[in-house]
Amino acid sequence: MVYSFPEEVLEYVFAFLSSDKDRNAVSLVCKSWYEIERWCRRRVFIGNCYAVSPQIMIRRFPEVRAVKIKGKPHFADFNLVPERWGAYVYPWISAMARSYPWLEEIKLKRMVVTDESLELISKSFKNFKVLSLSSCEGFTTDGLSSIAANCRNLRELDLRESEVEDLSGHWLSHFPDNFTSLVSLNMSCLGSEVSFSALERLISRCPNLKTLWLNRAVPVEKLASLLRRAPQLVEFGTGACSTEIRTDIFSNLVEAFSGCKHLKSLSGFWDVVPAYLPAMYSVCSRITKLNLSYATVQSPDLVELISQCSNLKCLWVLDYIEDAGLKALSSYCKDLQELRVFPSDPYSAEPNVSLTEQGLVTVSAGCPKLQSVLYFCRQMSNAALIAIARNRPNLIRFRLCIIEPQAPDYLTLEPLDTGFGAIVEHCKELRRLSLSGLLTDRVFEYIGTHAKKLEMLSLAFAGDSDLGLHHVLSGCESLRKLEIRDCPFGDRALLANAAKLETMRSLWMSSCSVSYGACKLLGQKMPNLNVEVIDERGPPDSRPESISVEKLYVYRTVAGPRADKPDFVWTMDEDGALRFS
Amino acid sequence: MEGVMSHGNDLNLKATELRLGLPGTDESTSKNNKRTANELVKNSELLNGKSDAKARDGETVPASKSQIVGWPPVRSFRKNIVQPKKTEAETGNFVKVSMDGAPYLRKIDLKIYKGYQELLKALENMFKLTIGEYSEREGYKGSEYAPAYEDKDGDLMLVGDVPWDMFMSTCKRLRIMKGSEATGLGSGV
Repeated sequence: MVYSFPEEVLEYVFAFLSSDKDRNAVSLVCKSWYEIERWCRRRVFIGNCYAVSPQIMIRRFPEVRAVKIKGKPHFADFNLVPERWGAYVYPWISAMARSYPWLEEIKLKRMVVTDESLELISKSFKNFKVLSLSSCEGFTTDGLSSIAANCRNLRELDLRESEVEDLSGHWLSHFPDNFTSLVSLNMSCLGSEVSFSALERLISRCPNLKTLWLNRAVPVEKLASLLRRAPQLVEFGTGACSTEIRTDIFSNLVEAFSGCKHLKSLSGFWDVVPAYLPAMYSVCSRITKLNLSYATVQSPDLVELISQCSNLKCLWVLDYIEDAGLKALSSYCKDLQELRVFPSDPYSAEPNVSLTEQGLVTVSAGCPKLQSVLYFCRQMSNAALIAIARNRPNLIRFRLCIIEPQAPDYLTLEPLDTGFGAIVEHCKELRRLSLSGLLTDRVFEYIGTHAKKLEMLSLAFAGDSDLGLHHVLSGCESLRKLEIRDCPFGDRALLANAAKLETMRSLWMSSCSVSYGACKLLGQKMPNLNVEVIDERGPPDSRPESISVEKLYVYRTVAGPRADKPDFVWTMDEDGALRFS
Repeated sequence: MEGVMSHGNDLNLKATELRLGLPGTDESTSKNNKRTANELVKNSELLNGKSDAKARDGETVPASKSQIVGWPPVRSFRKNIVQPKKTEAETGNFVKVSMDGAPYLRKIDLKIYKGYQELLKALENMFKLTIGEYSEREGYKGSEYAPAYEDKDGDLMLVGDVPWDMFMSTCKRLRIMKGSEATGLGSGV
């Protein structure tokens, strides 16, 4: 017997499905479910802007309200992707402007966004609410003026870590006087000073403002006035706190903070004079996220602050915290889930602070909920890694950067294979891993054998041969993103595991040993992959085929070779010939 | 040229055969591929090409450390958080000094002078000339030479008009002008 529900009922049921995975599964059940689902999908996530075209997205999902798109590969963050590589958002905006008049949310990461795009956004979507530009570039504060002036229902404007050409701070003054809907504003990446009175008035008239990340240009003596107008804030980022300490500034700040009963997250603190930190003590017990990664403050002052944050879940800090500070962290903050320790002086050969592997071991022992780690240090040992693995089998993200490339275990001078091997063996839920230090093919054997849930792997200066890459590609069943630089991996592992690449989002290999010939072959064999060779030395076929390419970016796609390639990118095509954009 | 592996239209199974050792080698012995930091730098920079090395926000990396592009993996906005070890008080404030007609320029450190008098004396010594006394009304009248400087806005200004501290922070380069051009500067607006 076949029961069939009316479409409306199915649609109602599907509306409860928020995860893309669930919706994708539902749409595979049968044709009618596919049809119903595609008409009611409201949120689309595109992990690689070149994997699909705007037209394909719009054709399948005609009633979308929220879009999230990612562009450049992650290594673009470290200047490994040349300028003009791509990831332009304009074609997406222009297509959506025509087809999604009710679009409310656009979230972009590592994309090139122009003022033109921003203006088009501001004029095309009458109910536009959320704009999030994470690590984007290509726009100026003029583009922000368009958004401020035209998006009457804007709730969120988040520019985190974007590179904005800062023409002036005047853009903020473009929010109309009757604009009151702001909930979240992150302008921390901007350099210019905005009109302080405009900022004050904006904050005063937006009663739902929950998140405010100021930029460096707002001095500490002005914070109290802002906080008093927004005591409902949940997330707050200060500007620079370098003004010489004065009792009136300090006491105003104390009073203002004590009025903020809902603050959970603090950030900013550029150049902070340590004497200001106690002004925040009244909110510390409620704080769950603390970003002190711009605070050039020594360990004892950091410890004073942290020791009051008993509910801390997430800490980002510079290595000034040192092993001693991490020990204190591990004893005061038992709820800690995420720790990121950034290097204060990444380029000096000698350590400038007393931060070693010991700090991380201590935190792994003392913080039972720790699941996410990013740690820069100058020495590591297998013993320490094994201890960390045993202490914290619940780790989900483990990114370790030993600053000197190929640094061995400093105690035994051996490779760190067994240490990282212990990490993947004990941490069975590990989803993200970044390796560093001296590593042979052995570590990849361990990874291929144990890291079954691993989704993203980052490698640098590691391994001996193709066998290493083969272990990873053949063993890591859940692998989605693999990024490799300066490893002796080449043709054979890549070609032998070509099919694997179709199950992944992308593969990045730079300064490895992949020959042009192998790239062509891969492009021929795999029509569903874009095999892009990035080479600034000129056309690859002006050199012998056995010469390694500078960089290789391979990703699955249903959109075919991209049409917007710059002159240093070549797509290895199906018929083996080169195609220029 | 080294042997070129041509794949043609066959699958070239040998190319996909997995063995230990670097691609292109036939021996089964695994070569030690550990590279020193210097070799890494050479390789990286060679293969990465020129455009990566362009610093977007003008950050400078101390020359003492071998510079590998993109290593350590730190975002640009995190690179210059810490005050450089030499504070502003310790480094010099060197500016170029040109003299009309001279074949080459000189450089002086403005920080070592306590005021205009000392500076002008030093310039007189350096270029073997007389500049004379400054007067607000007449400039350096009586002298063939007038000391001028280029300020932050790119304008050519007469030395001596503003307080010394302000001059120190706005002076980008010095120019000793001579002849009729010089006298033009000192006269009234």
